[in-house]
Amino acid sequence: MVSEAQVPSADAAVGETSPAVATATEPLFYRHRLPVRIMHWINVVAITLLFMSGLNIFEAHPALYWGQSSYSQRPAWLQIYADENANGEPIGVTQVFGREFNTTGFLGLFHRGDGMVYSAAFPTWMTVPDSRWLSMARSWHFFFAWIFVINGLCYIAYTIASRHLSRDLAPTRDDLRGIGGSIVDHLRFRHPKGEAAKRYNVLQKLTYLLVIFVLLPLVILMGFAMSPRLDTLFTGWVDLFGGRQSARSIHFIAAWLLVLFVLVHVFEVIITGLWNNLRSMITGRYRVPAEEVHG
Amino acid sequence: MADRSGSRRRFLSRIAGALGAAALGGCEKLSESAWFPKVLGSAEKLNRIVMPAVTGRKAMAQEFTDADLSPTFRSNGTSQPASDVYKALAADGFADWKLEVGGLVERPRTFTLEEIKALPSRTQITRHDCVEGWSAIGKWKGARLSHLLDVVGVKPAARYVVFHCADPMEPDGTSPYYESIDLDDARHEQTLLAYELNGAALPVPNGAPLRLRVERQLGYKMAKYLMRLELVESFETINGGSGGYWEDQGYQWYTGI
Repeated sequence: MVSEAQVPSADAAVGETSPAVATATEPLFYRHRLPVRIMHWINVVAITLLFMSGLNIFEAHPALYWGQSSYSQRPAWLQIYADENANGEPIGVTQVFGREFNTTGFLGLFHRGDGMVYSAAFPTWMTVPDSRWLSMARSWHFFFAWIFVINGLCYIAYTIASRHLSRDLAPTRDDLRGIGGSIVDHLRFRHPKGEAAKRYNVLQKLTYLLVIFVLLPLVILMGFAMSPRLDTLFTGWVDLFGGRQSARSIHFIAAWLLVLFVLVHVFEVIITGLWNNLRSMITGRYRVPAEEVHG
Repeated sequence: MADRSGSRRRFLSRIAGALGAAALGGCEKLSESAWFPKVLGSAEKLNRIVMPAVTGRKAMAQEFTDADLSPTFRSNGTSQPASDVYKALAADGFADWKLEVGGLVERPRTFTLEEIKALPSRTQITRHDCVEGWSAIGKWKGARLSHLLDVVGVKPAARYVVFHCADPMEPDGTSPYYESIDLDDARHEQTLLAYELNGAALPVPNGAPLRLRVERQLGYKMAKYLMRLELVESFETINGGSGGYWEDQGYQWYTGI
């Protein structure tokens, strides 16, 4: 699919070895520059802690609404709580658009190692701090929010100034034409080799662009929309997103979409060579997978 | 080669696992340490400087229409102060209630409810945002705090207004609620000493006879059951020293977010 005809010359441009013995001695390709590596790992720490402290904050009022307020005669569209079943046993309940689901062990109510149960929207291992502690969770959240925002601004500036954005992230016309093929490749877990492995593939590019320029700014903006002071910036700007409680809902949904991205991202990292990928994000050096030799 | 990279991988994944566990278990320890919450708290100081700078000192909170009003305005925290003094005042319809204003002011004095109602008033429909995450919309009428401050005359050294309340926060009747705001917020056009909610006298669950509205901050700043206002240079010597009941329990003093 990817310019296989040019394999020998492409490889020659990269290293001195022939494809046949490439696996053992192929030189490492410098894939990620230092600023990107540093900002990537700062982001990992910041987003992880923002997510986990955010869940702890959610525990203070585990219900989400659409609109300006929570008390507008429209019920919460999502609510997580502990209740009792017909036998009087405690259960965890998740209510979505008015429909109730027993989510004991997943949401609302959990069993501890000692046989006791505890009620919480999310299990303690998912939250920072472990236990419900709103003031402390807010402290973590806003501290790492600053780190995340400053890091993000540095990244945007760097990615534009260094042309990382235009060279590596912006999809080319060829990329976009190959989108169908790329989807098929991903579904078959077939990954680029040789020269093609040195670049992001088109789905990767589009996903990164979507996360960097849509999802992350959205989650920040919805955080701002929940701030009574930042709401005063322009009268009514929060209404563009449906009001403060809508913004809180969107903040929550966007955070989980980020988790979805991270799961897929880590999955791809693992199946395309965990150590090789990890090294390239630590030292910058990536061992280019050898091209399969065929016609 | 394959073995070596296999064991290296195992080694690395073990290290990663250990680091992850340490990192997560560590969050609890860090939260309980003396120093780390102070590091985290630096963000609050930044918020306190940056947010007013970005939005402007006089920026107005959004106001809504009658159609947006929450059918009932939720009462949170104290809904019935368990203090004999307060109960006696309430039994009398707050006829004997007086607001004491003192501290760093030129003319310390008390105000009856009628005197407060005689000050220039403002009516506003605003959204009340609780630190827990919920919001409710209510229509408030009250005296602008700024006018009351002009009546008593604020001394140049004063930096904060402290609000002392009638509701004890401990079951034994101690620890009355209190709060504090800076003079920028105190002088703000929407900062009211409110005596009406949704066109009726302020109900007891919502802070009768007088409560604070500070529309650019979270709900717990808006002290209910006001008894005394005190202008101070610093709140470090008052109660826990953090400027409010919840602040003394570790909550942020600045709640613009």
